[in-house]
Amino acid sequence: MTPALEVVGLTYALPGPRGRTLVADVSFTVGAGETLVLLGRSGSGKTTTLKLINRLLEPTRGEVRVAGRPAADEPPTRLRRRIGYVIQEVGLFPHFTVARNVGLVPELEGWPRARIAARVRELLALVGLDPDEFAPRYPHQLSGGQRQRVGVARALAADPPLLLLDEPFGALDPVTRAELQREFRALEGRLGKGIVFVTHDVREGLLLGTRIGLMHGGRLVFLGTPQQFRESDRPECREFLDAMAAA
Amino acid sequence: MNLAAFYARNGREVLGLVGQHLYLVAVSTAVAILIGVPLGVLLTRRPAWRGPVLGIANVFQTIPSLALFGFLIPLPFIGGIGARTALVALVVYALLPIVRNTYAGIAGVDPAIRDAGRGMGMTDWQLLVLVELPLGLGVILAGVRVATVVAVGTATIAAAIGAGGLGVYIFRGVATVNDTLILAGALPAALIALAADGLLGWAERRLAWRAR
Repeated sequence: MTPALEVVGLTYALPGPRGRTLVADVSFTVGAGETLVLLGRSGSGKTTTLKLINRLLEPTRGEVRVAGRPAADEPPTRLRRRIGYVIQEVGLFPHFTVARNVGLVPELEGWPRARIAARVRELLALVGLDPDEFAPRYPHQLSGGQRQRVGVARALAADPPLLLLDEPFGALDPVTRAELQREFRALEGRLGKGIVFVTHDVREGLLLGTRIGLMHGGRLVFLGTPQQFRESDRPECREFLDAMAAA
Repeated sequence: MNLAAFYARNGREVLGLVGQHLYLVAVSTAVAILIGVPLGVLLTRRPAWRGPVLGIANVFQTIPSLALFGFLIPLPFIGGIGARTALVALVVYALLPIVRNTYAGIAGVDPAIRDAGRGMGMTDWQLLVLVELPLGLGVILAGVRVATVVAVGTATIAAAIGAGGLGVYIFRGVATVNDTLILAGALPAALIALAADGLLGWAERRLAWRAR
């Protein structure tokens, strides 16, 4: 079966002759139903890697294939509609209702109204929000946790094979975060999608990832299962594990 | 002669001048919106142009209006005596607040929202129409309001180059040292400015999105 995402030799350098290399020769594959957690400290290139996958940034070198199709072969807008994207600040449109936010990609894709409405209800229910209550609300009428649920529902709207999540739970209070992590964990398997989940929180990474990729200075220095990560004696891995143990 | 008596005797003429005044303001503001909003949007897409364009608009703003009217008279096509020249000058004055506020309104949209929109596959046009313009509308309308109120005042000077409007009474009153005549022009002009301010302020509150 074609993997949801293949990344080969992905490299990104800032423009200019002495442009700093932010992502260097990163390669990995994410299968359907698999969650790759990209772990790393701030500035290690995790977020940049995500933006290279959906072409918010254009790779300097390397190739990205989404569900077997080279990302460079289609217009970025088409590509992005096949990829769900959730960011920490959520980025819900404040002047749209929850329903319109969730139904946006289907709207862009020109689905008929009734089908969008049905899809929105289905997705809100999936992320644990009562459609009747929440569909007509505006984002500022939601709590942080509810907003993040809407963000996930929106990313799933057009049933993309691949989801990119950039510290989606980073801005939430610890209790809400734990709740959403639990729910997300239950959701992951059911969705059957390829997921790339960026975080700097080891605990979150070990909980949610089927594999962990550790980024350091723009390179992928470790790639393996959570078990292998725990047992690794690479200094970059130990750093994170020690920090977790100390907490 | 008091003001009420003056209006009673010259009702027809007053209405005619008010009409000319409203025409000058409405047409110049409409043209300034048609030019200024796209120009402001363009500046958000071509940041390098922002300095020069806003700079030029700023320079025009500093030219005393009477002088600008005078400069325009000898120019071919846009110059001469009459309403057309006045409209050109009024458009020039109205442009700066509209361009600047359109730019500011769009540039002020939360970058996370823009990123989310692009990340979801919006084209630049969709991002502009569905997200940036609606969210920036309040600031853009505030610019239109400033431009309109300024135009009401500046349009009184248009009478100096034969464009008509309420400035006709003001200039006549100044020339004949007649306070009633000056007031006969100034008072309705002030009322028009207040009404425009109130109306556009109301539109701003009604149309602009904000977290209620």
